[in-house]
Amino acid sequence: MALKHATPMLDELEKGPWPSFVSDVKRLAAKGNLMCEDWLGLMELSFKEKEGHWKHGGIVGVFGYGGGVIGRYCDRPDLFPNVAHFHTMRVNQPASKYYNSDVLRKICDLWDAKGSGLTNMHGSTGDIVLLGTTTDQLEPIFYELTHDLKMDLGGSGSNLRSPEGCLGMSRCEWACINTQDIIYDLTQEFQDALHRPMFPYKFKFKSSGCPMDCVAAIARADCSIIGTWRDDIRIDQEAVKGYVGGEIVPHGGAGGPRKDFDIKAEVIDLCPTKCMAFDGKTLKIENSDCVRCMHCIRVMPRALRPGVDTGATILLGAKAPILEGAQLSSVVIPFIKMESPYTEFKEFVEKLWDYWMENGKNRERLGELIQRQGLRELLKAVELEPDPRMVNTPRYNPYIFYDPEKVPGGWEHDATEYRKRHQA
Amino acid sequence: MGQIEFKGKNFEVDEDGFIASFDDWTTEWVDYVKTSEGIAELTDEHWAVIHVLQDYYRKHGIAPMVRILTKVTGYKLKYIYELFPSGPGKGACKMAGLPKPTGCV
Repeated sequence: MALKHATPMLDELEKGPWPSFVSDVKRLAAKGNLMCEDWLGLMELSFKEKEGHWKHGGIVGVFGYGGGVIGRYCDRPDLFPNVAHFHTMRVNQPASKYYNSDVLRKICDLWDAKGSGLTNMHGSTGDIVLLGTTTDQLEPIFYELTHDLKMDLGGSGSNLRSPEGCLGMSRCEWACINTQDIIYDLTQEFQDALHRPMFPYKFKFKSSGCPMDCVAAIARADCSIIGTWRDDIRIDQEAVKGYVGGEIVPHGGAGGPRKDFDIKAEVIDLCPTKCMAFDGKTLKIENSDCVRCMHCIRVMPRALRPGVDTGATILLGAKAPILEGAQLSSVVIPFIKMESPYTEFKEFVEKLWDYWMENGKNRERLGELIQRQGLRELLKAVELEPDPRMVNTPRYNPYIFYDPEKVPGGWEHDATEYRKRHQA
Repeated sequence: MGQIEFKGKNFEVDEDGFIASFDDWTTEWVDYVKTSEGIAELTDEHWAVIHVLQDYYRKHGIAPMVRILTKVTGYKLKYIYELFPSGPGKGACKMAGLPKPTGCV
């Protein structure tokens, strides 16, 4: 069937060996999906004119929630009436994105019937993104989603975004914390913040089970919860010999079947704090100097494992560049036992949000507020003591800014009194 | 932009149903919008929220942050959602005649 709009420029994106979203959308359009047909025409026009044709900032939603739906309208409804409304709905993904095919089919059926049929699995926050529906369909979709599929809308706008975690203990031997349980628990606990925007701007929790940080929490989350351990790396000396002797392939075999493993060049010398030594027989690790980079564990997974006294490091303030440049999150709690029901962590979060909501400007992420006011103000608000582990290179800079309240007499000194004790 | 006629008044509205100009706001507008916003009858508490929004807008030229709205009215955010089921941004601001809140999604 010939499509309504010619799309010579979009057709270019079908060439080459890669999968093409254009082909996917055309397939739906050919089945008589009018939204997809007009969507293709609108995209072609945008490519041709080098101008977007989606308006910015629609505001639509469902009753009771302030987030989860992103209003989208096209500015040429005269040419493309079927995409005049093209709202996005965000659906909160299950922890670690475990679905069964039945649920996925139901989501697709729902979206075929009441939306454009186009989905994005998944958005970068982790939500299922359902692309393109009309205002009158929002409430029916929301009803079906929550009542039949037992799923919920995710976060958008200035609220808590859908928390996201790695596969954690379900698949990974290195997981030091139960990321799935943490994500599920936080999602349930903070429902209000997730659905009813109350913050100065967006807020993201992400949790990785170990410092490998597979969900990139340190780069993306306002509050990163990253699994770690505070005892020693467990060493199986026999397995170390197996790697050195070529009986066990390093990197879990990821580099192919090789027998030329050089423990000095590939592990010992690459340790960032040089806390490892191998004398040909025994591998030694000075654990107090270990910074949990995971490199040695990653190369020799059968010989080395994280310790057994596990918990999490809490970091704050990561974000992509919007107002200021991109920022990684910084350590504020070097170690916390993350065990259900996570009461200590939740109390910390409440204090943190109070501080941010009280002091943050409109559209100011937590990281930007910390940058503006300084870490000291944050630590006071969340009642934490400063710790060298909060500083990237604590021995590098000898200057310390003391809090005037902590200095006897503050910064005010009586010069006359001083001169009584010291000659000029 | 579309035109709405209600009780002898004309309102110009955008696709989300917000009135084009704050100066066009009248109490008839609130009467017109309340049904689509899921409100049967307006109480003094509804009006308190509407007036806070309008006073703030007249003074600052923008809608207040949610935190400020809850502080000034003394209502918890959840209660504001009970009053205005579609929320302070979409529901209350629309009824108060404030321009549509925009920003990053």
